[in-house]
Amino acid sequence: MKHKTFFWFILPTALAMLLFIALPIVSVVMQSLYTPHEQVLRVVENCGPFGCTQETTIDAEATQALRAEQPLGQFAGLDIYLDRGHLATTEVAEAWRTREGLGDFMGALGNLPFYRAMGFTLTYTFTVTPLLIILGFMIALGVNSLHRHLKGLVIFFSLLPMIVTPLIGSLILFWMIDSRGIIGTSLQWLFDDPDLSLKASTGLTWVTLIVYGVWHSAPFAFVVFYAGLQTLPKDMLESAMIDGASRWEQVRYVIIPHLMPLVTFVALIQLMDNFRVFEPIVGFNAAAHATSLSWIIFNDLGGETRLLSSAATTSVLTIIGVSILLSPVLVRTWRDFNTKV
Amino acid sequence: MSSSKATQQPLALKIFIYGFIALWLFLAAFPFLWTLWGSFKVELDFFSKADWTDALTGPRTEATYGAPFTGAGYEGAWLQEEFWRAVLNTSVVCFFVVTISLTFGTLGGYALSRSGYRYTFWLLIIALIFRAMPPITLVSGYLLPFFAWNLWGILPTSIIVLVAINQPFTLWMLHSFFQKIPRDLDEAAKIDGCTQFQAFRYVIIPVMWPGVITTGLFSFLLAYNDFAVTSMLLNQQNQTMVPKIASFLGTTQTEGNVMFAVASVVSATAPLFILVMFFQRQIVSGLTAGAVKG
Repeated sequence: MKHKTFFWFILPTALAMLLFIALPIVSVVMQSLYTPHEQVLRVVENCGPFGCTQETTIDAEATQALRAEQPLGQFAGLDIYLDRGHLATTEVAEAWRTREGLGDFMGALGNLPFYRAMGFTLTYTFTVTPLLIILGFMIALGVNSLHRHLKGLVIFFSLLPMIVTPLIGSLILFWMIDSRGIIGTSLQWLFDDPDLSLKASTGLTWVTLIVYGVWHSAPFAFVVFYAGLQTLPKDMLESAMIDGASRWEQVRYVIIPHLMPLVTFVALIQLMDNFRVFEPIVGFNAAAHATSLSWIIFNDLGGETRLLSSAATTSVLTIIGVSILLSPVLVRTWRDFNTKV
Repeated sequence: MSSSKATQQPLALKIFIYGFIALWLFLAAFPFLWTLWGSFKVELDFFSKADWTDALTGPRTEATYGAPFTGAGYEGAWLQEEFWRAVLNTSVVCFFVVTISLTFGTLGGYALSRSGYRYTFWLLIIALIFRAMPPITLVSGYLLPFFAWNLWGILPTSIIVLVAINQPFTLWMLHSFFQKIPRDLDEAAKIDGCTQFQAFRYVIIPVMWPGVITTGLFSFLLAYNDFAVTSMLLNQQNQTMVPKIASFLGTTQTEGNVMFAVASVVSATAPLFILVMFFQRQIVSGLTAGAVKG
């Protein structure tokens, strides 16, 4: 295809991505380096019959003029990155100096919003991903050995947790685990503890969110692995059987190696997706016990005051996190492309 | 599989497999069925501490409305809380997001699949990086310009933003799909005197629909399920379903109108049910397209 034709074909999509993805990223980075102007204050002396008093008033006109002149605000450099709401370098250094053991230090970190969110995000990402791969693999093996007529039905119901809007899915479960809901009541009965509530403690909230994450994403792993099983050459299994491999050995030495590239694929995709965990925290109303980076951004943006600079800074930090998780995917794509050409 | 003696499963294994799959099916489907059933009850039945069977039989619903089922939750949500407006907004957003992103995506994906130059690779890599960006991180970049130019709060803004966020994925899907259509087809058309665009129009468009439908489904799901972008970029009146439901939670929990939220959740899930029912094959093939290719 000629360069010129290519240009016209690609123009609409490139323009859309340039204007609404590339430029916003630049603007987010810029915003994270600036803070809003403070109000311009003016000291006025009021002289009356009882002497003079000094009064400080807000000079609205001057504030407006300053804001119009530099709409981004004043340059703050990396100050916002280092403040208490983000990387909190001074607080971390302080906690490190006064630590009484590693646990104490981690506890101090847990009080800082960014590290608290990071703690949950990483725990969530690295527990949900392996668990959903295992569950998805087991479902795929199970469904693969079912009767032909049952498969379609099972696949239909299996897709639901993944297709349904994350916020809606988490709300549905949230109502069920309510202490008056069906799962909540069952758990109270099971553990014989009428005050048991999954929402009350941090640990249980984390478990709930992780269970939700696995429930939501396992179907994806299942579908991918199931498709992989269809491409497994039959004679490979047969020769393994003739060589006397037991069922377990067939799975371990034939099926798992065959699916390994797909496992990597699912793991890479899911690491990135789970890192941005957000909707379940809103749905489960869990912000008191578990926050994530995305949730902090949402919270900053949603308030009355709209803390744009703070949200932008967290956004940049999130983008850096995603880039780290993305790098293996890029390397893989690079390798694929070079071997293909 | 085959029914030969060697591959037959022992009974214990068979029972185990069926049991496991039944358990998974229960986990996957039960929450939806339970909420669907419960949405026709009053709150005291759906959340009943005394006896969980109340949610099935609905004694208090019967006491209040004279029948074990009531549409009060739906009436409250759709009419009193104006959920119909959100449904309308969602339909508008989904329709335009799907059509626009497919138009842009087919043109771009086709060009990427037919050009052998090095820059196509870099464009695809950039798209992959954009695909990984959580949409919420972009929102703080939108707000200032949208406020300044008075674009905030209206549907077209959200539509074009969702189209853009959708492009990277659409491009990848359609790129790999167009690569499977033999190049000889459009080469032959060009030899016969077509321009590149005519070749696309008369040769490729008639055969591209399976891939386009699959990609369109995922564009639809993205627009339908979005919460981060629409809740930040739309004003109260233009809210789509998901942010509307989220805003219910703040107000209804206190007023004791949880059933409004339950009813609207069920209303928002129903179209997805139907979608999966009719397009199961396309969804599965779309999910696996990226993986099996390598």
